[in-house]
Amino acid sequence: MKMSRNFLISFALLFPAAVLLIAFTFYPTVATLIDSVYSTPRGRRPAAFVGTGNFERMVADPVFHRAFINNLIYAAVVIPVSMGLALAMALLVNARIKGRGFVRLAYFTPTILPMIAVANIWMFFYTPDYGLIDQFLRLFGWGGTNWLGQSSTALWALIVITIWKLAGFFMIFYLAALQQIPPTLLEAATLEGANYFQRLRRVILPLMMPTTLFILINAVIEAFRLVDHVIALTRGGPNNSTQLLLHYIYQVAFNFWDTAYAAALSVVMLVLLGLIALFQFGFLDKRIHYR
Amino acid sequence: MSNNRASKGTELAVNLLAWSLALFWILPLLFAIWTAVHPPSYVGRFDLFSPLTLENFIRVWNAAPFDRYFLNTFMLVTFVVISQFVICTLAAYAFAVFPFRGSDWIFMVVLVQMMVMPEVLLVRNYATISSMGLIDTIPAIALPYLASAFGIFLFRQAFKSVPKEMDEAARMEGAGPLTILWRVYVPLSKSTYLAYGLVMVAYHWNNFLWPLVVTNSATTRPITVGLQVFSTVEQGIDWPTVTAATLLSVSPLLIAFLIFQRQFVQSFMRSGIR
Repeated sequence: MKMSRNFLISFALLFPAAVLLIAFTFYPTVATLIDSVYSTPRGRRPAAFVGTGNFERMVADPVFHRAFINNLIYAAVVIPVSMGLALAMALLVNARIKGRGFVRLAYFTPTILPMIAVANIWMFFYTPDYGLIDQFLRLFGWGGTNWLGQSSTALWALIVITIWKLAGFFMIFYLAALQQIPPTLLEAATLEGANYFQRLRRVILPLMMPTTLFILINAVIEAFRLVDHVIALTRGGPNNSTQLLLHYIYQVAFNFWDTAYAAALSVVMLVLLGLIALFQFGFLDKRIHYR
Repeated sequence: MSNNRASKGTELAVNLLAWSLALFWILPLLFAIWTAVHPPSYVGRFDLFSPLTLENFIRVWNAAPFDRYFLNTFMLVTFVVISQFVICTLAAYAFAVFPFRGSDWIFMVVLVQMMVMPEVLLVRNYATISSMGLIDTIPAIALPYLASAFGIFLFRQAFKSVPKEMDEAARMEGAGPLTILWRVYVPLSKSTYLAYGLVMVAYHWNNFLWPLVVTNSATTRPITVGLQVFSTVEQGIDWPTVTAATLLSVSPLLIAFLIFQRQFVQSFMRSGIR
């Protein structure tokens, strides 16, 4: 009896959320999968079933290869470096330093700036002749480099921007975790003669493992989701050296209006995110266990 | 705290490290501010006595409808956050207080949205919005984000920590489910609402890709898209103008952040503790 009452109330309460989730998450996910095996309708020619045609095209598409490899390089650098810096920042802010408020503010401020504004600020920072980096390097006679304008450095220039934006964000989570470590544990370790780095390795880091996993998942998402700066600064160029997956999807869909191919590209992203989700559920299950 | 011999030197090193990293971190922003408050002819020169000016900001303000962009962003953020509060509260209440067979399973399905975020589905969502005739409207920017799995998750956590006795006491007095939600659960979860609200204000104030795709006129563009349109139209070389426009567009959130720094930081902390 109680069961059915709960069900009716729940049904009513969940209704608005369910409609929106179905309309903008579940239906589009399924529709994207279906679109990916059809051709793009053009003019009076409707979409036709092409099977794996879009995926075969993807396998042969050098721009997709470039975007995929770039995104892997981008993720492989951004994720560990921003997380490592975040941990260092949290430990520094948590230590007894002077002007802690200002230091924390300096680290955290990039987090609340929109990526598009961050891109503008860094575009100026990077620009030859006027930019601060170029002015500094000119003192050593290395001026004149167009960091964003040449394929050998452009992706790295974007990587630096992303790390700048994300490290302070991740620092906050580490800071929260650090403040929850019972001081008695650290005192006990100190009494047994553990130095700072031993305490870090044996006590602090193991206790922050759940936080590290949480940040890791966030970092992976951001490494595939954040392309605002690509649109603002390079549009994937020069020579596709800064092409990332989501940006390529955006270009194919809204510059070339090839929606079927964009759907096939989206499927690749969905599979990637699905794999990460599986990992997360495995991890969440463990956490629920000891809650 | 511990051994005093090495601590003096260590303390100095830690301070030095923390401060140099902080200065390095804030440098790009300071450089942009420096450029924006000096006349265009002083670009890239570091003369401490070069004249200060607000002219760049005034020129920018008059060159594009920034007042309209701010209004659009303000309406968007207000609409998104209020709708999310209502929709996620109801859903979280169902999951936390009225479990039924399979509700845990449905909750897991809802959590999928944390991974499959609207950005990945933007091609298909554009088609949906277009078929609804909503292209270039503020609801179009908001719709994909309204049923936030993250919000449902946080509110469910908060509601679950509300003591059962308070719920039962209210029920004894004859209060219905919605009255109990409004009188007991919501007031006791205030800090979660503040945390989630601030994080979402920052997220949607700064959101760019989806708004870029679904808007195409000044009457709906939020400030981020407006800034991008402004910065690319032949302004590429005029650095004082670009930096002034950038700072202008981030100033409301930046000022709010500086004033409510503690709440912001604690909100972000809280949203991460799960």
